[in-house]
Amino acid sequence: MNEIILIVGGGIAGLEAAGKLLQLGYTPIIVEKGDRLGGNVARWHRLFPDMTPASEVVDPLIENAKGANIFLNTEISFINRLKDKYNVMLSSGISIICRYILLTTGFELFDARKKEEYGYGIYDQVITNSDLEAWFNTGADPRVGKVHDGGAVGFVHCVGSRDEKALNPQCSKVCCITAIKQAIEMKERYPDLQVYCFYMDLRLFGKKYEDFYAKAQKDYGIRFIRGRVSEVCENIEGKVIIKAEDTLSGKPVRVTLDLLVLMAGMKCNQDGAKIGNMIYLPIDTDGFLQSKDNISRINTSPTRGFYYAGACTGPKTVPETLAEARAAALEIHTDIINSRK
Amino acid sequence: MSIFGFKISPSSAINLSELDTRRWDELCRKAPDARRCMACGSCSATCPAAQFSGMSLRKVLLDLQRGREKEAYRMMSNCMLCGKCLMVCPRGINTRELILKISQIYKEEDR
Repeated sequence: MNEIILIVGGGIAGLEAAGKLLQLGYTPIIVEKGDRLGGNVARWHRLFPDMTPASEVVDPLIENAKGANIFLNTEISFINRLKDKYNVMLSSGISIICRYILLTTGFELFDARKKEEYGYGIYDQVITNSDLEAWFNTGADPRVGKVHDGGAVGFVHCVGSRDEKALNPQCSKVCCITAIKQAIEMKERYPDLQVYCFYMDLRLFGKKYEDFYAKAQKDYGIRFIRGRVSEVCENIEGKVIIKAEDTLSGKPVRVTLDLLVLMAGMKCNQDGAKIGNMIYLPIDTDGFLQSKDNISRINTSPTRGFYYAGACTGPKTVPETLAEARAAALEIHTDIINSRK
Repeated sequence: MSIFGFKISPSSAINLSELDTRRWDELCRKAPDARRCMACGSCSATCPAAQFSGMSLRKVLLDLQRGREKEAYRMMSNCMLCGKCLMVCPRGINTRELILKISQIYKEEDR
């Protein structure tokens, strides 16, 4: 069991795969560019649809992966293909020679600044979904601090998702349910807040998501308006005025808000794509890393020895990512056993 | 004689910040299912009064939430309370109860 397995990315996919590989008797190496484990999920406050604190998911994963060799603040400098192995050079100067590499590089959020008409980075009272999660965790954002009970907050779905002009034509899949979760969290803190969600379609596909949506409507009185926000401007008091069409009644609507939250979508982590490029892993038409097959071999790359888990192959939910990580660990394990026969 | 120029009609835009939602809030208290409509249109498609009068419960609920209370109430008067919409609503909204509550709360003489 002395086979070296390199896991690139210390988010939930990398941690879960490392935990499973440890249980199978391997000692995986995790390389993480950031200074902490847990990736994007560790920055989140609570998770849909049961409002589970994100730390309840991440902390056990970190605990279970403790036995792995973990390099934080480390990036991949280059990868050389040897005869039947790879030589991976880390930014710390360490070189790892291994046969099996699992990419769990995940996603990055779409840069909401690119949708200039929504005013992120221009108007103070426009923030993103991840800014709001940071506020849930720390309470230290003066922009959200301006929200008061009896005021109004809006959520814009599909910011940089399903948007060909933003070069992100795919659906980011989790933002609909995230917006509902965040809207409910806001209503729990401010019961008399007026909360609007502006959507194109509501795509609530997962387990209990529809219940969560119905709860948001009935119990929390969150108002869903079908129409994409077309523009945002600021008034003299520093509040934001948004314009949209209410496509169900065919009339333009406008509303003044204390805070506008942009649901920035997912795109492939560009550092992950860069690593893929070092050994010419193909990129799929949606901009994410391409699997051997999108139905039956989502964990496997077309290149021998390279495997995927999590959002590096497309937007994923937390349970999907964890399931893929376990599947990838098993896939690597069986390939190692088969190679020894 | 032809008239040149253009006339300015008032904006049809709905300003959500300036809506009076007191009646809507009252309706939601008495019939919380009002909020659960997801505008699928099943009720309007099956409504026997729709083809003669343009009755649509979906539109009524939407208009009430957009401050077009008079229009909504007028449309509601076409309802025959047959209950077909109750049978087709995928969210199981008690439409009959909802319609009766709307008639109570939005009665014209109260305006």
